[in-house]
Amino acid sequence: MKKLIAGATALAASAMLAMTPVAANAKTITLCWAAWDPANALVELSKDYTAKSGVDMKFEFVPWPNFADRMLNELNSKGKLCDLLIGDSQWIGGSAENGHYVKLNDFFAKEGIKMDDFMPATVTGYSEWPKGTPNYWALPAMGDALGWTYRKDWFAKPELRDAFKKQYNRDLEPPKTLDELVDIAKFFQGREVDGKKVYGAAIFTERGSEGITMGVSNFLYPYGFKYQDPKKPYSMEGFVNSDGAVKGLEAYKALYKCCTPPGYTDAYMGEGLDAFKSGQVALQMNWFAFFPGLYKDEKVGGDKIGFFVNPKGPAGSGSQLGGQGLSVVAYSPNQAEALAYIKWFANPEVQKKWWSMGGYSAHKAVLNDPGFAKTAPFAADFLVAMGQVMDFWADPSYAQLLLSEQKRIHDYIVADKGTAKEALDGMIKDWTKVFKDDGKL
Amino acid sequence: MTGQTPPDRIAERVAAATPQALATGVRGLSDRAIAWIFITPTMLLLLAINIFPLIWTIQLSFTNFRANRTNAAVKNVGIDNYTSILSDPDIWAAMQSTAHFVFWTIILQTLIGFTLAWLLDRKFRGHGFWTTIILIPMMLSPAVVGNFWRFLYQPQIGLFNYIIAFFTGVDPSSFEMIGSVQLAPWSIIIVDTWMWTPYVMLICLAGLRSIPDYIYEAAEVDRASHWRQFWSITIPMALPFIMLAVLFRGIENFKMFDMVNLLTSGGPGSTTEVASITLKREAFEKWRTGFSSAFAIILFVTVFGLANIYVKALNQVKSR
Repeated sequence: MKKLIAGATALAASAMLAMTPVAANAKTITLCWAAWDPANALVELSKDYTAKSGVDMKFEFVPWPNFADRMLNELNSKGKLCDLLIGDSQWIGGSAENGHYVKLNDFFAKEGIKMDDFMPATVTGYSEWPKGTPNYWALPAMGDALGWTYRKDWFAKPELRDAFKKQYNRDLEPPKTLDELVDIAKFFQGREVDGKKVYGAAIFTERGSEGITMGVSNFLYPYGFKYQDPKKPYSMEGFVNSDGAVKGLEAYKALYKCCTPPGYTDAYMGEGLDAFKSGQVALQMNWFAFFPGLYKDEKVGGDKIGFFVNPKGPAGSGSQLGGQGLSVVAYSPNQAEALAYIKWFANPEVQKKWWSMGGYSAHKAVLNDPGFAKTAPFAADFLVAMGQVMDFWADPSYAQLLLSEQKRIHDYIVADKGTAKEALDGMIKDWTKVFKDDGKL
Repeated sequence: MTGQTPPDRIAERVAAATPQALATGVRGLSDRAIAWIFITPTMLLLLAINIFPLIWTIQLSFTNFRANRTNAAVKNVGIDNYTSILSDPDIWAAMQSTAHFVFWTIILQTLIGFTLAWLLDRKFRGHGFWTTIILIPMMLSPAVVGNFWRFLYQPQIGLFNYIIAFFTGVDPSSFEMIGSVQLAPWSIIIVDTWMWTPYVMLICLAGLRSIPDYIYEAAEVDRASHWRQFWSITIPMALPFIMLAVLFRGIENFKMFDMVNLLTSGGPGSTTEVASITLKREAFEKWRTGFSSAFAIILFVTVFGLANIYVKALNQVKSR
């Protein structure tokens, strides 16, 4: 009998011991984001947080084409799925004004988290609403901008270099201007490389979500496009449809017409990656977030790939801002734990590890480190790109504004409807109506 | 012996099993009251999931309500949403795309579906096998169909372009079915026709098989030619079925969304943006809930009105 009691006691004790870690990790918080390479890196990074805090992390990742639909539906229905959300930069206005995100000013002040420690462009882009005011709704989590990749191995081929020099009277090197970029794309279009027909460039032309807008902006900004009169907010005439903007739009259409692979009428980041990885194109427009993965790619990575910042245009430099901020969802029942995660994530050491694992930190402790530019082949370009970024509207009505641009630009570039001026005039007409409805005009 | 229990025995058992209190209560009810008791749950369900949302949608259509700004004040805008829709060139363009899609899919599906049904009605050897094969496309999910036709239409690797190239000699990558303004509307018509012609065929086949053999035998005795039999017997007697198939496909295609969304997303530009895609963008991407409610009501009234006119025509044909 004694043996039986002892055995039962031991069994109960071991059961209690086995349950102890479960009890310690009983709290679970869910982080929502898009399903892509950096999200996988965040899963790995967050294991450190679980080990430190005892709070389990659950992740809800949605593919990019459905990310906005899924998450904005979740926020609008006051859903409790996400405690933390890494939401797109354009959502910040709507999420702040509609009460979806928790305002973080008091929390930042209490925990000593300073926005000055992060790159200014990322603070403006991902955290502030209204823009330019110290009202913070997110911590810059994933710095990103648009950049370009090229086939370094093709650029190094003597026969191609000779042919290029003969045709353009300059060396085949990564372009410094958008005109040079178009020349290179034209040079490769339809050319035989390694016995295979290749094409010039994979660019964004997607119609359904934000693709063509995110692509064309990289021609519009360097040609002089501006969203509004800096002195008179929401006044767009002469800025959205300036002569430079018209030329920029025409240049993007020319690149689409001359130098993309066949059937490239509805392509975004995934299609661009496919085209580049399968050796179809010499140049690829895409987000810096994908560059670590591309560099590691067995077929086209390593020595075969090179990177460059969006080249200059007649009016200067400009790149489309990507990236996202980390916010606490106002409907979360676990706000204390979610805030604790943000506090942990803002730590410079964690930010350094985040960069080393494939995430793009926006923290100055990482980016201003003298050795940062040499940490990856695309790191120096990333710094340059982040210094020249511009972003789309982040107003609560951003979706209406975005869908209008998607339609007008796709109609002009892919469906050949009207002129560049008419497309930009149409955008002003649509946007003016939206801002009037919102009482901003 | 496991034969069926006679009905009177069942009734006796039910009566015996009913608690006395309930039995006393029910005994005093009229047949009409009992009928109401049985249909009330269904009526309530119908009201909750059908009538109430419809009334709510009508109410929202006269407001500026936005589902993503529930904190904002909701203003009554009268018929502004309706006038905006009816004067919006983009909405009319979407309606034109829808009409083009509905018209051509119905024409093609009816012609091909009836022809296939007529051929299968010949009852040749293996007709059962071929009927099953032909029916396969309509059993697939529209999401699957949309995705794999996207691959089939791919100019570089798509089978469709290679088949066209094989028969015409043109370069397979020289044309883009879903990227060309001229071809994209036809690309969605081809896919819908491929998927839903079997459905039309099935209804037509049922119509053809419902024609009694003795009518053809009488026509043979009267020495009517096959052509005459086809026009004077087959077509008139199968017409109600054909019209029914047209009605079903017309209603379905008027609200077509999934397949077009997956194939072209409404592009290139707005070339294939049918009404339901515009409605989805207004309602769930732009979040103009009041505006999209008005649009939904307009679409509903259009389909309902056209379907009613059509059903009256169908009844006239049947009563001949």
